[in-house]
Amino acid sequence: MPSVLPDGEPVPDDGSLPASALTGAAERPLGFYLHVPYCATRCGYCDFNTYTASELRGTGGALASRDTYASNLVEEIRLARKVLGDDPRPVRTVFVGGGTPTLLAASDLVTALGAIRDEFGLAADAEISTEANPESVDPAYLAELRAGGFNRISFGMQSARQHVLKVLDRTHTPGRPEACVAEARAAGFSHVNLDLIYGTPGESDDDWRASLDAAIGAGPDHVSAYALIVEEGTQLARRIRRGEVPMTDDDVHADRYLIADEALSRAGFSWYEVSNWATSDAGRCLHNELYWRGADWWGAGPGAHSHVGGVRWWNVKHPGAYAQALGDGRSPGAGREILPDEDRRVERVLLELRLREGCPLSLLRPDGLAASRRALADGLLEPSAYDAGRAVLTLRGRLLADAVVRDLVD
Amino acid sequence: MPATPTNVPEPSRTDPALIRNFCIIAHIDHGKSTLADRMLQLTGVVEQRQMRAQYLDRMDIERERGITIKSQAVRLPWAPTEGEGQDKTHILNMIDTPGHVDFTYEVSRSLAACEGTVLLVDAAQGIEAQTLANLYLAMENDLTIIPVLNKIDLPAAQPEKFSEELANLIGCQPEDVLKVSAKTGIGVDSLLDRVVRDVPPPVGVADAPARAMIFDSVYDSYRGVVTYVRVIDGKLNKRERIKMMSTGATHELLEIGTNSPEMLAADGLAVGEVGYLITGVKDVRQSKVGDTITTLSKGATEALGGYKDPKPMVFSGLYPLDGSEYPDLREALDKLQLNDAALVYEPETSAALGFGFRVGFLGLLHLDVIRERLEREFGLDLIATAPNVVYRVIMEDGTEHTVTNPSEFPEGKIDQVYEPTVRATLLAPSEFIGSIMELCQNRRGVLLGMDYLSEDRVEIRYTLPLAEIVFDFFDQLKSKTRGYASLDYEPTGEQSAQLVKVDILLHGDKVDAFSAVTHKDQAYAYGVRLVAKLRELIPRQAFEIPVQAAIGSRVIARETIRAIRKDVLAKCYGGDISRKRKLLEKQKEGKKRMKMVGSVEVPQEAFIAVLSSDESASKKK
Repeated sequence: MPSVLPDGEPVPDDGSLPASALTGAAERPLGFYLHVPYCATRCGYCDFNTYTASELRGTGGALASRDTYASNLVEEIRLARKVLGDDPRPVRTVFVGGGTPTLLAASDLVTALGAIRDEFGLAADAEISTEANPESVDPAYLAELRAGGFNRISFGMQSARQHVLKVLDRTHTPGRPEACVAEARAAGFSHVNLDLIYGTPGESDDDWRASLDAAIGAGPDHVSAYALIVEEGTQLARRIRRGEVPMTDDDVHADRYLIADEALSRAGFSWYEVSNWATSDAGRCLHNELYWRGADWWGAGPGAHSHVGGVRWWNVKHPGAYAQALGDGRSPGAGREILPDEDRRVERVLLELRLREGCPLSLLRPDGLAASRRALADGLLEPSAYDAGRAVLTLRGRLLADAVVRDLVD
Repeated sequence: MPATPTNVPEPSRTDPALIRNFCIIAHIDHGKSTLADRMLQLTGVVEQRQMRAQYLDRMDIERERGITIKSQAVRLPWAPTEGEGQDKTHILNMIDTPGHVDFTYEVSRSLAACEGTVLLVDAAQGIEAQTLANLYLAMENDLTIIPVLNKIDLPAAQPEKFSEELANLIGCQPEDVLKVSAKTGIGVDSLLDRVVRDVPPPVGVADAPARAMIFDSVYDSYRGVVTYVRVIDGKLNKRERIKMMSTGATHELLEIGTNSPEMLAADGLAVGEVGYLITGVKDVRQSKVGDTITTLSKGATEALGGYKDPKPMVFSGLYPLDGSEYPDLREALDKLQLNDAALVYEPETSAALGFGFRVGFLGLLHLDVIRERLEREFGLDLIATAPNVVYRVIMEDGTEHTVTNPSEFPEGKIDQVYEPTVRATLLAPSEFIGSIMELCQNRRGVLLGMDYLSEDRVEIRYTLPLAEIVFDFFDQLKSKTRGYASLDYEPTGEQSAQLVKVDILLHGDKVDAFSAVTHKDQAYAYGVRLVAKLRELIPRQAFEIPVQAAIGSRVIARETIRAIRKDVLAKCYGGDISRKRKLLEKQKEGKKRMKMVGSVEVPQEAFIAVLSSDESASKKK
């Protein structure tokens, strides 16, 4: 989650939602995102809302403490129960992200999950995921999570090459993430993901191939591969501006993407979102799909974003301010936007077009439809899907997805 | 301070022996407007409490830039405090002259209305090229010169040094140079005394047929055209019918009078007097600077000499950024033309820029001022193509073309191309001789001569093609001489030159707005520079775009904008969605501001960046 919050209108103190938000809620799955805003050290490329111990020292005092953080999450989950009132939906997915969730004790994560179970109930086949840092888990930790109800885990592997990890400020040793996959499998996790980053300054095509091979060899059922985005205000952006490391060219990113799709496809993975591949439909990350399909989710934690029925809101960023709001019995929401129908349509096009199923042509207006025919002729959309009434990106189309979206939303 | 003089002679009944017609020649910033302010106060025509800075400069732009574009004439009563004529009220007509090279013709007409001039020079800076040129003009007109150093209160003032310089220039003694501070008022009364003492009274034939010279013509939205005249012979009376001698057009004199400094109607203007008249015409082109006015009955048969039609020297295409503002642009130009006989324009269509006008200007300042007024007073956003001059092209078959727009430069077998030339005068501290000569040499200049004005100041004269000056010569000159050099130029005719048209092609389509006429030897550099710039400024698109520079069908430079291969953000999770939608809205706004050239989307910024020189582009930021 990027750290810069959008502009919006204020959130009421009690966090209440307009009635429109809950219309038709029964049709939509409900998920929970739990944000853990702590890291042992800050990585040079990261602009997420996360804090190291030294960054927090003296700014939020006890309120921002990692030790009591799980109780903050529990409080917000209870607030969610109040806001959603008698919404009968059990929770379909829970995703713990960060930051570094595994900097908390496994029991803290289990406690937070327990609060969701107590307040809302979990669906029978609920997907319960957490992100994990390869250096901060061991078999005992994994076993405790698994016993507490977690069934999916995502490791930040990023690269198999030491020199690439170094530019990214990642502290784990090459080989450790692959070992984590085996440990997670042994602990009984049915779904395991590895996150990879390509296009890091100094990375070669061969480095990238080696990372893909190592990831595939470890046997996860899901791989996410992201082009490195150099965000303003990060250490990496400063180093590039000073000329200490080179900026990676977009064409290199395009080449690396093609390499990834080729290697993953060959290994039996198929893409289901622009940056995500899975070995089967069951291996897809259901929680992320909630984001892309306009479902409802409650994001708890500092800076976390939520969406319920066309209302998007986001929490205050700082852990201290967040804990303070909850302590005072107020919603930690910093701002929200209530989306008009046209914005909801535009969001659907821009999100669904990134998916393997694409978006229905019926979502497009006449200009967008005409643009879709040009995109089809240019080889950016799949002809067979198009005939079936859907806009689905081709491999080249996936690399130009934003350009296609700009034309199709007309 | 003397009180307002009594027994002030009235217009139309003033003894010419009591009249002094003078102007002030000064460089921008040397304090002419401030001096005029002091004179208005000292002679009592403007009351203290109504005084505002630069009283006579009407337009905002004039006040902001500290320049006078349109001149004025003010009737000042003054009784000398000493010497001959002491305590006898005289009439001083102060004619304010425009201060820029583009308006040399208007300056020459203002000078022709005077018998004397105050040469006003900044005591910290010395004389500048423009002032020197106007001084020479005044000397040719046999005007009495009163040398004055202004700003003597400044710590950096060097009155001895510059008195010497002025004395050398006009052939007087350094002690004769008056020292004033227009800001504090020191010495201004002595200056007025000197005007009465030194400037000769006008000499005209009182009973001859009336002849009055127009030295300025201003459009006023309430009163129509206000024409400023100097009566040379005879007399003009109110409600008389008058005739413009260049066109033969006749008009009723609705009002005649003088400025003090507001308009004040009178019975008429007699020989030697200066004032205004109103005839009800709505367009300054019907009342042209330099023309002679006479009476309809018993009028003069011979006009005064020196009249010229204004001739545009520099052309530029002006296009509204938003095509729907084209009618507004037309209306704005129509309005400006009411007050600017030198402004000419005709509609023009550019494949790249849409509908606009090809506009002719007297020179670069004229262009700048008009463009700024269009943008500021009329709220228009404009793209201006790079300024160009007029070319005369003779084909091998003998046909002749006059080219005011580079994209209309003829194809086919060309025998000769003629371009306008100017005689440029540059004044600078002698340490910059080398850099100035290098600049002029690079601009195809031919050295005419060089003279030292004083030990460390030099006057350098060159013949230069006007085309070499219109682009960024002045900026270059300023930067190479740290702002110390000044430039003046006057048209001298034309010369044959090896000129070619360079076209720019985007994806095979000619972009008319980027066509330029350059010297054969500079064509390659121009082509290379432009295609490189365009490659940088045009975003990559779905297909590969060749960017070429060509002379006729021969390509002289080429760059390629590679097809875009990646345009997708890798991550799009819950917290990214709002941001992503907002980014999309912003990108779509940006797309709307693109101009289509064939199938290529060109951002407006690319046009603006390419059409303006590097210097002026960065200056505007």
